[in-house]
Amino acid sequence: MDADSEQRWPTYLRSVLAFSAVGVLLLYLLQRVQPLLPLSDGMAAVEQSSAWNTAVSFVTNTNWQGYSGESTMGNLVQMAGLAVQNFVSAAVGITVAIALVRGFARTTTDRLGNFWVDVTRTVTRVLLPISVVAALVLVLGGVVQNLSAGVAAHTLGGVTQFLPGGPVASQEAIKELGTNGGGFFNANSAHPFEGPTAWVSLFQIFLMLLIPFALPRTFGRMVGDKRQGYAILGVMAALASVSLGLMSWVQARSGGTATQLAGAAMEGQEVRFGGPLSALFADVTTLTSTGAVNSMHDSFTPLGGGVAMVNMMLGEVAPGGVGSGLYGMLVLAVITVFVAGLMVGRTPEYLGKRLGRREMTLASLYILTTPALVLIGTGIAMAFPAGRGAMLNAGPHGLSEVLYAFTSAANNNGSAFAGLSANTPFYNVALGLAMAFGRFLPIVFVLALAGRLAVQGRRPATVGTFPTHRPLFVSLLFAVVLVVVGLTYFPALSLGPLAEGL
Amino acid sequence: MSSPVSLTGRQLWAGLRAMLVATVTLGLLYPLLVTGIGQVIAPDRADGSLVHAGRTVLGSSLIGQGFVYAAGNPLPQYFQSRPSASDYDGAASGGSNLGPNSPALADLIAQRRAEIAAFNGVPAADVPADAVTASASGLDPDISPAYAAIQVDRVARERGVPADRVGRLVDEATVGRDLGFIGAPYVKVLELNVALDQELP
Repeated sequence: MDADSEQRWPTYLRSVLAFSAVGVLLLYLLQRVQPLLPLSDGMAAVEQSSAWNTAVSFVTNTNWQGYSGESTMGNLVQMAGLAVQNFVSAAVGITVAIALVRGFARTTTDRLGNFWVDVTRTVTRVLLPISVVAALVLVLGGVVQNLSAGVAAHTLGGVTQFLPGGPVASQEAIKELGTNGGGFFNANSAHPFEGPTAWVSLFQIFLMLLIPFALPRTFGRMVGDKRQGYAILGVMAALASVSLGLMSWVQARSGGTATQLAGAAMEGQEVRFGGPLSALFADVTTLTSTGAVNSMHDSFTPLGGGVAMVNMMLGEVAPGGVGSGLYGMLVLAVITVFVAGLMVGRTPEYLGKRLGRREMTLASLYILTTPALVLIGTGIAMAFPAGRGAMLNAGPHGLSEVLYAFTSAANNNGSAFAGLSANTPFYNVALGLAMAFGRFLPIVFVLALAGRLAVQGRRPATVGTFPTHRPLFVSLLFAVVLVVVGLTYFPALSLGPLAEGL
Repeated sequence: MSSPVSLTGRQLWAGLRAMLVATVTLGLLYPLLVTGIGQVIAPDRADGSLVHAGRTVLGSSLIGQGFVYAAGNPLPQYFQSRPSASDYDGAASGGSNLGPNSPALADLIAQRRAEIAAFNGVPAADVPADAVTASASGLDPDISPAYAAIQVDRVARERGVPADRVGRLVDEATVGRDLGFIGAPYVKVLELNVALDQELP
């Protein structure tokens, strides 16, 4: 493999897919042979469908977890399997975004860069250095970091309590920084060993937002016009602000009958975090594609759970996952320019690149992929007893559990309405497929689009060109995100959270 | 010009080598490095903030415990933790995941409210939300200052000491918001109960 040679888009894509396929295979094998490996702390081999689901989940940067960490994964699989994918799946997302940006930035070339160089540099120059520092900050905050299988405590009540150990801080750092979200423990960042104090939880929120909000600036610099990056950033920030306002408001209103009986939405929440920080975390984890939780979304007020779902349904573009947020938003920008072009009857152009039929076909396929996966997946699950039987809560809230699961999987988020008993062969296979298609089909369309853009020359801006750094474009993109993507899900939402909450 | 099949084979081979290098550096060297530094700069915290009595580990100041008899009834001489969906089992963290309109959750809340009010001899309306709801982790080590306040008289009575001495220990175990605005104030229950055993046995 010649690291210096740049790749055309089909080769770049083949590298992404090969790297990911090897990743799935290795992670699957690692889980299956767990009892034979050192540092496995007596954990058994992971069951086949669960191992497949988990392997796909971590390679696709989803980090949906059907299993319970402290009773399934030994320290070796956590470190050498799950944490490694936390790094490289994040890096893959970033490289694909950079390849798309190169498509806009470059002219008359069929080369998009070299995937192997890009992925190595992303890990060694961005993810790893920040993770080391962040992990040490987490240790100082109380997150555990050892190689112990756990200790037995003799409590004041006179019983023995198992206190788990493990390399938690090192995994926690990249879990948030890479918008992965897979917890070392079942309770994720709500577990006191993952989220010991309120400021640590806030620090984790910062880590989740760091790269997704930084990449628009990278985009602006690479296309030689920082204003273009700030316009994208503006849309992301505006969407995030609206979402956060809504989430905080509905969570403080004590929605359900049980919530009102308790006096506050404290079911599934930790005292040290309290309501507002729990709402903030839930909002950020679904706005990015992280999926970590510091409170249990299933017990949120009906509309609070609904806001979390809408965040994911928007395609996680505000600011979205590392890389995936940027390429998702750029595809939506392409759609926006096209819509604007239709209004005035001009051939749409974005950053001097003409958006013809082929480009728009790819953008449209991208937009249609996840809604199709979510709605078809939820439909199939509701049609089969194996799908319906896994619901914990009855009625509209039960539908919300299933809808949330497929939304989370297809959008590669990974958070859950965790009442759903998802560690069954049916859900392990179905959600595994949703995650795989939800990750790699959009990547195929993005890289194909990048290839078509890069071969074009740049058309000079004229007085008739729609400027894509002005407030008009920002507002239009904001509206396109809400209308084109959001309305796709309105019928399903009205049967779930809206039926329960209004 | 190589065929697509051999091209894919070469990519898979490159992927395998890259994944092996990543596994060694990111999966072993990185966590070991963080463990090494962490064990030097903050060994107690890296090992789980354990609370000792002599050589015995009583628990972790970060992990909640159920201060109950084997049958599950509360030990009246101790401050009680929140309800837990996992009965404070350190190997099974998690919440109840019951929804906001769940009838089962509503029944649980009503039952807990009545029991806690009777146990502490306070009006049902004084029982705060955290006392009747299960936490996200099932291991919440903390209670709200309001829940601690309604337990002071009962603990003092059981230990035969004035309530203000218990109240002073509660104040010492109370932590305010981080930096004055992050999170919520809370009382660390295990540390409070250990202090009770030491100072007001």
